[in-house]
Amino acid sequence: MKIRGKVIKYGDNIDTDVIIPARYLNTHDPSELAKHCMEDIDRTFHSRVKPGDIIVAGKNFGCGSSREHAPIAIKASGISCVIAETFARIFYRNAINIGLPILECPEAAKAINDGDEVAVDLAAGKIYNLTSGCEYTAAPFPDFMQEIINADGLMGYIKRKAAKATES
Amino acid sequence: MAMTMTQKILADHAGLEYVVPGQLIKAKVDMVLGNDITSPVAISEFRKTGFKKVFDVNKIAIVPDHFTPNKDIKSAEQVRYIREFVKEMGIVHFFEVGQMGVEHALLPEKGLVVAGDVVIGADSHTCTYGALGAFSTGVGSTDMAAAMATGEAWFKVPEAIKFILKGKPGRWVSGKDIILHIIGMIGVDGALYKSMEFTGDGISHLGMDDRFTIANMAIEAGAKNGIFPVDEKTIEYMKEHSTKPYKIYEADEDAEYSKVYTIDFSEIKPTVAFPHLPENTRTIDQVGDIKIHQVVIGSCTNGRISDLRIAAEVMKGRKVHPDVRCIIIPATQKIWKQAMKEGLFDIFIDAGAAISTPTCGPCLGGHMGILAKGERAVATTNRNFVGRMGHTESEVYLASPAIAAASAIAGRIASPDEL
Repeated sequence: MKIRGKVIKYGDNIDTDVIIPARYLNTHDPSELAKHCMEDIDRTFHSRVKPGDIIVAGKNFGCGSSREHAPIAIKASGISCVIAETFARIFYRNAINIGLPILECPEAAKAINDGDEVAVDLAAGKIYNLTSGCEYTAAPFPDFMQEIINADGLMGYIKRKAAKATES
Repeated sequence: MAMTMTQKILADHAGLEYVVPGQLIKAKVDMVLGNDITSPVAISEFRKTGFKKVFDVNKIAIVPDHFTPNKDIKSAEQVRYIREFVKEMGIVHFFEVGQMGVEHALLPEKGLVVAGDVVIGADSHTCTYGALGAFSTGVGSTDMAAAMATGEAWFKVPEAIKFILKGKPGRWVSGKDIILHIIGMIGVDGALYKSMEFTGDGISHLGMDDRFTIANMAIEAGAKNGIFPVDEKTIEYMKEHSTKPYKIYEADEDAEYSKVYTIDFSEIKPTVAFPHLPENTRTIDQVGDIKIHQVVIGSCTNGRISDLRIAAEVMKGRKVHPDVRCIIIPATQKIWKQAMKEGLFDIFIDAGAAISTPTCGPCLGGHMGILAKGERAVATTNRNFVGRMGHTESEVYLASPAIAAASAIAGRIASPDEL
């Protein structure tokens, strides 16, 4: 899967309350959630985000609540990939489970600047900063997680498994 | 092969002799939990995938507690959507207003989780049940959907950090101060992806409510779970609340830990986490003069009976400061009734505090006490992120029930000793 877009950069400990504030959780409609994505930390996000854009952030991205609405809002905003130094673990699971590409790569997360043009080769774990010409490698996903991503999320994966079990 | 307590529980539930950190496993779950915010997403995923029934109607608990009693039409629609699903599937453990409590206070009280269980919940504070010697962890809605369908969940076996707890806590030092102290020490990602395993003689000084508070906030250090060994107090609690069979697991003496910390309770002072991260801790003697406008005593962290007793002890015969609104939220119906019977409500009402029906409400800025721009709250809740309880320019200070109650009286962050 090839990904390319402009970077929107944030700092450390971006929590799920700022990714999607709880006051908007009385719905789970992705397009409604996208309207308020990042609102409490960046009021310009919704108006400037373009399909394909990439979020780059520091440590512990997605900490706090387990609300899957957070990666859903990011994905529905058109973000193609999130690159961070580290992810909070529930956000990490959720992103994989709903098929939002994420990469843990401290070097890239530190070096890439807001507004840079970045391309990502997800299968190879390669991150190319087209603005600076630098290249980074993220730790590849274990096969099991790669299968979930290829099935467009956990439910797709389970369905495939169930279908295979019936065939055999 | 030496294993930690968490690793042993996971190995057993995965049908394996042993597991090692980093290993990906599929484990059977004993309980799957969801609330009014996370269940609708799980249910639509479940339906989209075409599943017709859940794996076990007795092993799913759904507790609408965040925006309930429903705060607006959209919230009511979400709970209706859940209710229809619950009826169609025949899910047994569904708790609505009148039966409902804050989920992580309710499940142990109802005896639905016991030692040795593997529990996943679409709520980050599901780690609370580690207090009972269970492996329990927060997941998202899709994980909940998958577990409702298959009775299994995937896990990466975590490494563990060992916390040796010793000494006796001083006056006004509670489980909340202990966990805030630990988070202040290791940071909000100090236990990222790891287990926090608590051990040591100091545990004998902690009641179950304090242990629930400590395990509850393991997620605030980034941990996958927090877990306590099972002792007489745990067994007594389970006997009182549950008929479910339990299993006691103990860490091997030579189990490997990525880090070991020793925490001496006698050195811990009442601790407050300043905005906007739970790691921004200061001891009570270092807080300075912070005027406040609201106090919230409640939540899955500190809405249990012993929390209310301490708050009442501090507030007895005193008046809430005229500039402060004090909101007290017993976490379950049972706690509510007990507090009423013990006369705690007389103390609170005479002091000028309001008492709410059980709800997560203000903890996550849902309802029942939202902050305006520039307002400050002392809360016994678990998060103080930007905008957590209301306006992005409001502030939340996390503290114990004793400090929160004293602050309500003083109109500034204060210790009971200052009153």
